Amino acid sequence: MRTALSPLTLRQPRSLAHALRLLRDEGPLTPLAGCTDVFVGLNFGTLGDRRFLNLWPLDQLRGIERRAGVLRIGALTTYTEIIASAVVGRHLPMLVAASREIGAVQVQNRGTLGGNIANGSPAGDTLPVLAAAEALVELRSADWTRKVPFTAFYTGYRVSVRRSDELVTAIEFPEVAGAQWFRKVGTRAAQSISKVVMAGVRAARPRIALGSVAPTVVRVPRTEEALAAGATIAEAQAILQEEIHPIDDIRSTASYRRRVAANLLAQFWNGSD
Amino acid sequence: MKRPAFRPIVLTVNGARTAVRVPPMKRLLDVLREDCSLTGTKEGCGEGECGACTVILDGRAVNACLIPIGQAAGARVTTIEGLKGRHRLQAAFANLGGAQCGICTPGMILAAVALGPRPTLAQVRTGLAGNICRCTGYEGIYRAIAAARTARSRKAAASSQKLDARSRTSAEGRKQPKSRLPAEAPRAKAGVPSPESRPSTVLGAALSVSKGRVPPLDRARGGPERVEGPKAPSRSRS
Repeated sequence: MRTALSPLTLRQPRSLAHALRLLRDEGPLTPLAGCTDVFVGLNFGTLGDRRFLNLWPLDQLRGIERRAGVLRIGALTTYTEIIASAVVGRHLPMLVAASREIGAVQVQNRGTLGGNIANGSPAGDTLPVLAAAEALVELRSADWTRKVPFTAFYTGYRVSVRRSDELVTAIEFPEVAGAQWFRKVGTRAAQSISKVVMAGVRAARPRIALGSVAPTVVRVPRTEEALAAGATIAEAQAILQEEIHPIDDIRSTASYRRRVAANLLAQFWNGSD
Repeated sequence: MKRPAFRPIVLTVNGARTAVRVPPMKRLLDVLREDCSLTGTKEGCGEGECGACTVILDGRAVNACLIPIGQAAGARVTTIEGLKGRHRLQAAFANLGGAQCGICTPGMILAAVALGPRPTLAQVRTGLAGNICRCTGYEGIYRAIAAARTARSRKAAASSQKLDARSRTSAEGRKQPKSRLPAEAPRAKAGVPSPESRPSTVLGAALSVSKGRVPPLDRARGGPERVEGPKAPSRSRS
């Protein structure tokens, strides 16, 4: 650990209400869910946060339920729990597919859906699924609860509309009509961060979302409209190139990402695996 | 400088109630190694990539390098020492080339333990995809897990398993005697498996000084179960 331990504090809330009061009255506090990314920054001395809030024991933030066509997943639900869920498998199989691609078993056992959202990496594996499914993010503070469309959640690179006194408490998915599709392209099968990740829904109005090709996860509405209007795949691929903004970084290059994104679009739309 | 007083954090480690007074953001890995003297849990990458620090927390395999001890309060933790050198997987890893340099081995065994007694090869591949081994090419590891699975179904074989306390796959706690490398390779020992699966390094040889007997299934059954290379579960298709 390159970060000194003694100055780091970890508040232990007794309940969700207590956690929200601590955030409001004694913040700023960095909420910890499964902690799979926080220690990467602490170990390498790149994370400046010093005061943390332990959410892990708050069981009321766990659980999966479906009511009136809405699938609701608690923010602390782990990827392992999502993979094991029959109801998610039936109604949102692309989320199960994404969860299987995250890290490996050890990370799937700790990592949470809410953590993936709050962490806000543009490479987050579940995020294109949330964008394509048009999920709602439930944010709660000590004083209010609000629901934000996931597609309006991020305002920039790792910046979101979540206030520092709010927690992501649940994610709600309306019924998704159409065939769901998910694909992650990384360096190896397990334990890799995506070079390009894409989720799509094939329907009369297709929905397509990509990660690792812009500062945030993106929907590509013009590409979707073109496909809905009967454009050829080549035409749609050309439009896609205008809607994504990949960069060169340690994991890949912009040109490779553009090529892969175009290929994934074709695979998705042609219905091939 | 005044030393801050930390509240005791209580957890169960290998069945024993344990209280530690450490900073709450100290990693479970460091608490196990430095405060519990359980150095069988290894640090590889320190960022959740390699799986060397895998322990079982409340029944699930986790990376101890990613968990602040404050999140493990009240939890049950099993480390490699908790298997007491007597688990059939430990004997199988030692005897069938599942361990070479040994750094990944404790985490590898615990990830395998978390899969339950009879995992399929597909489950083994998925379950061990987060444990990286630079030595074995994974085939010896898969073979060892397959052998331990079969050994379980053969009660006679299971009942005779006993690992030497010096085995690298057992506890390395301070109460253990310091291990000495054997003067010669264990070839003369009965029950050493076929040459293909025999460890080839000196440390690997130390592992094989086990008195345990996992039956050399690759012989008994007319050849090892065919396992492919280190292909992780069929995930990325692009």
